[in-house]
Amino acid sequence: MTEPVATCGDGQPAVTTDSGIPVVAVYTAADIAGGPDGLAARLGAPGEPPFTRGPYASMYRGQLWTMRQFAGYGSPEQTNARFRFLLGQGQTALSVAFDLPTQLGYDSDHELARTEVGRVGVAIDTADDMTDLFAGLPLGKVSVNFTINATAPIILATYLVAAERQGVSPGQLTGTLQNDILKEFLARKAYVFPPEPSMRLATDVIEYASDILPRFNPISITGYHAREAGCDAVQELGLTMASAIAYCEALTRRGLVFDHFAPRLSFHFATTLDLFEEVAKLRAARRLWYRIAIERFGAANPAAARLRFFSGNSGTTLTSQQPLNNVIRSTIQCLGAVLGGAQSIHVMGYDEAHQIPSAEAVTLSLRTQQIIALETGVTRTADPLGGSFFIEHLTDEIESRASDILQEIEDSGGAIRALERGVPQRWITEAAYRTEQELAAGLRPKVGVNAYATDEEPGQGLALDQPDPLVAERQIARTRERKSSRDSQASADALRDLERDAAEERNVMPALVRAARAGATVGEMSDAFRRVFGEFREPSPW
Amino acid sequence: MKRPRVVLAKPGLDGHDRGVKVVAMGLRDAGAEVIYLGLRMTPRQIAAAAAAEDADVVGISVLSGAHLAIAENLLAEMRAVRIDVPLVVGGTIPARDADLLCHLGVSAVFPAGTPLPAVVAGVLEVADSRAAVT
Repeated sequence: MTEPVATCGDGQPAVTTDSGIPVVAVYTAADIAGGPDGLAARLGAPGEPPFTRGPYASMYRGQLWTMRQFAGYGSPEQTNARFRFLLGQGQTALSVAFDLPTQLGYDSDHELARTEVGRVGVAIDTADDMTDLFAGLPLGKVSVNFTINATAPIILATYLVAAERQGVSPGQLTGTLQNDILKEFLARKAYVFPPEPSMRLATDVIEYASDILPRFNPISITGYHAREAGCDAVQELGLTMASAIAYCEALTRRGLVFDHFAPRLSFHFATTLDLFEEVAKLRAARRLWYRIAIERFGAANPAAARLRFFSGNSGTTLTSQQPLNNVIRSTIQCLGAVLGGAQSIHVMGYDEAHQIPSAEAVTLSLRTQQIIALETGVTRTADPLGGSFFIEHLTDEIESRASDILQEIEDSGGAIRALERGVPQRWITEAAYRTEQELAAGLRPKVGVNAYATDEEPGQGLALDQPDPLVAERQIARTRERKSSRDSQASADALRDLERDAAEERNVMPALVRAARAGATVGEMSDAFRRVFGEFREPSPW
Repeated sequence: MKRPRVVLAKPGLDGHDRGVKVVAMGLRDAGAEVIYLGLRMTPRQIAAAAAAEDADVVGISVLSGAHLAIAENLLAEMRAVRIDVPLVVGGTIPARDADLLCHLGVSAVFPAGTPLPAVVAGVLEVADSRAAVT
């Protein structure tokens, strides 16, 4: 049994938030810069510029956040069953996890794919698989989120074909495509093509969507993965805004009008356990984006300056030791996202340090959201922490510090150049190492790890789902069968057109949709891009 | 005394590299010579690097759930090129699979949640035991 190792209070040299912002014993009106009038100008009303208090006037009184548990494993049928289960339990939208071969553009029968088929998500090789994934789920009604990036345009094409087969037009579709390739180079590392053509593919999607998918978010600009990889809340916000600027500049360079495409941009942040800092960060994010949209891009449409976000809580705050403790951690993180004004939320499974969440863990995550929504009363009024001296001080401080980070990235030549030089990657890795050293030294208390640890074997008593050993074989057989039964001339022609459009810098989306319709596989469409763009290999960090 | 040489890699398609990088930094600060091969390494590439670098221990990090198949393939590749270097595995490894990995011939398993000092000490211990027999 170990003793608690750190406490706040007298005798400690400095009390700070997780990201190092000093915290004093009590906050008063004197801590609010500019007094009540200054604050009122920085806040505005909910649904009004600068949106500090929330993107909508009525917030959760008008509409609860979307409860969107990330799910996917095995075959399209297995994931379809999980989707139906979640919707049956009261989940209000879907969020698809894809396996790594799908994320990286390999068909299930590729030699690099074999050991990974259906493991961290569902295997999708063709538009037929996508059709099976949503069998019986009306795509005109249910909003769907896709965590897909390097192959996002391809997956969107297969989704549009699946919707078409249900008789649903693109204009009816709601949901979000993650499609944030910059953070793959930064932190998540599921990139395929080099940065420049990758940016072009991401902006192809946004351009295409701005014409035909008026209710769909074609990108979710995310700081979440940088945060999970190690950086702090301030860096997370600064990096997210740097990416947002890079996308908007690329789009305006293509001749798109900011006021037209920016209302469909969505964002994605972590919510960790430092409750007040996280709430302040989410409020600061809205205000910072408002300022960037107005000052930098000259937004005239208020919706183009209104930040909407999804929160995925934080997996790295969870422990493998005493896994039930994670239920408590997730509850606090979900509450933070709600108090910060999230539009949709995923709550981590308590068993995620051990496995892809079991059905029991996913259900408990959904129940966590439902209990906060229905039983706590926190939804009754917009921005309930607004006006708290501490929260407002932290919001101002985070906005200012994140602006400094943003300036630092600008000074290194912008998000893409900074990434190429490895600047933010170094921040992330160094911060991750520091965190690990602080955990080991007991400077960062973690219950069950360096405080109140027990001898219990981690994961003891956990309900472990058995992975299906035959999923790869079945998926490979199915894809081969589909390839042999398709009109091979039509799919070959469509793939040739796709390669031509990629090479001639036309928007690839129309050719992708035709190829997906003709039965071309995700691997074949990715190979067409590989031939034109080549592949990216990360330079060694050492 | 010779500094232990540690070859680290991310095999398979999994890109979660926070853990392996932190372990690399920890080993480096503990005096080891660390060769981190990076992402998406195949078992054949890792075995070849282990031979070329005269590694005292090879460490792989897998968070995708594919650890059993990957470890089995890597051990087979190392046997094929006739190198006898101990293998250690870290990542999202359920307890039942830790035993299976050891049964396959893996020298040590560090599931998610193992404190950094324990990982560093464990890897160096395996490297030492190898140095002692060669």
